[in-house]
Amino acid sequence: MSPPLDIQAVRRDFPVLDQMARGKPLIYMDSAATTLKPTSVVEAVTEHYRMGAANVHRGVHFLSEEATRKFDASREKVRAFLNAKEAAEVIFTSGTTGAINLVAHSFGSRLKPGDEIIISEMEHHSNIVPWQLLCERQGTILRVAPINDAGELLLPELEQLINARTRLVSIVAVSNALGTINPIEQIIAMAHSRDIPVLLDCAQAVAHKALDVQVLGVDFLAFSAHKLFGPTGVGVLYGRRALLDTMPPFLSGGDMIRSVSFAKTTYADLPAKFEAGTPHIAGVIGLGAAIDYVNALGLERIATAEAELLHYGTSCLRQIKGLQQVGTAAQKTSILGFTLDDIHPHDIGTLLDQEGIAIRAGHHCTQPLMQRFGLPATARASLAFYNTKAEIDALVVAIEKTQRLFA
Amino acid sequence: MSSQMELYQQVILEHNKRPRNFGKLEGGNRAAEGFNPLCGDHLRVYLEVTADGIIQQIAFEGSGCAICKASASMMTVALKGAKVEVAQAMFGEFQRLLKGELNPESAPNQLGKLKIFSGIWQYPARVKCAALAWHALSGALSNQPTVSTE
Repeated sequence: MSPPLDIQAVRRDFPVLDQMARGKPLIYMDSAATTLKPTSVVEAVTEHYRMGAANVHRGVHFLSEEATRKFDASREKVRAFLNAKEAAEVIFTSGTTGAINLVAHSFGSRLKPGDEIIISEMEHHSNIVPWQLLCERQGTILRVAPINDAGELLLPELEQLINARTRLVSIVAVSNALGTINPIEQIIAMAHSRDIPVLLDCAQAVAHKALDVQVLGVDFLAFSAHKLFGPTGVGVLYGRRALLDTMPPFLSGGDMIRSVSFAKTTYADLPAKFEAGTPHIAGVIGLGAAIDYVNALGLERIATAEAELLHYGTSCLRQIKGLQQVGTAAQKTSILGFTLDDIHPHDIGTLLDQEGIAIRAGHHCTQPLMQRFGLPATARASLAFYNTKAEIDALVVAIEKTQRLFA
Repeated sequence: MSSQMELYQQVILEHNKRPRNFGKLEGGNRAAEGFNPLCGDHLRVYLEVTADGIIQQIAFEGSGCAICKASASMMTVALKGAKVEVAQAMFGEFQRLLKGELNPESAPNQLGKLKIFSGIWQYPARVKCAALAWHALSGALSNQPTVSTE
């Protein structure tokens, strides 16, 4: 067992934390929206633009070869991070949304009217809308697995939705609004017993939980670099080669071809087939640096630190009269969703901001989930390993101050 | 309270708690709904406009944050008995106030107590909250049943 994280030392890796917001020390509790970036990631991105800046996979000159080497090294880092069989199964996208859209368009193009896709009630809009558009294009049908009041997926109900027309189960691994950790192993086993592939939306999971695609046996897995301490604008679609090989290209143009003629164009092999156009090179290099950073800390130690914060935060919020926690699943990441009696979440957000505390207020791009709970919005404090118990204490004080103002 | 807290002045908190002219207006002849799709705020504004263009009655209902509700409540108070042209002119002034383009102390205006929202331009995310009721009002006056801030 490795020693616990030295939080004060780790915080020094994030210079962004060392500043005032509205005249108060910044307390960042919006990591579910985007995680902060450690210096090593910022430097890797900056270094590429400062000294690299060349395009990849085409130049014969020094800078292009350097950029290509770093770009390919990042792909290998992602492969190892996910334990994919081969680097070619790692497709760089613009983010989780881009990855899910790729599957919805490419895998989805083979679906027939009446074919079904299963999602859940706790999905982010990015795992709802691409399927709704697919349904409009192809006449497929979207089935939605329900959750309970704690925000836990109802597995028997999910199982009942699976039938002979089911073609894909696309499920969020960790809910961005509730923090619920879904039983992805059981979901995959359930779907695979009927030969149905599974896509995991790991946007929230990736920074909190080790994901081994071979152990999981998952077919598609999507995540964004910026929720893993990396840059915005870049993400990953992992796909099993057997599936990716049979899927048609999604975006098309440069880089994704083998040869182009007006008579016939042939496509490149994986992963290039799905990476048309100049990629976000600096972003991919930054993602590689982010994975190095996470590996150095250790996902297990990160999870331990965050579990402690979650436990402390949950019990602190429980003491506040007039506060209701939203998302009380037994298995959770460090996301604290809540509402206050007679105070709209946007007012909570603005008033906490006055205390230098950054939280998210709104529907968290999960409007159907909010409807499920009969709420227009919630306030959400999402914690990462760089948060402290003292910051949670400050959150409690600020919430109580807000309540007094509205009393 | 810090000086930046002027957004949540007592008047706004009080209107939020006890909104004036809140509820459906029976006998109204104009109405419109306003949505803020980004935050889920949702208001309905009712008017009774006379043949000679006077807002005889005005009311609103719906749900939203304190800024949204207080703004709606104060709008109804300000516009009851006003001419339609005056209401439209005030909508223009109020929009410019929210954007920080109108200094109510130096530029002539008819905003009166609504000047309290003058600091909101410092909170870009909240400007739409204060504007929602006015957009719904404008929709009702122009016979547009649904308006969205997006």
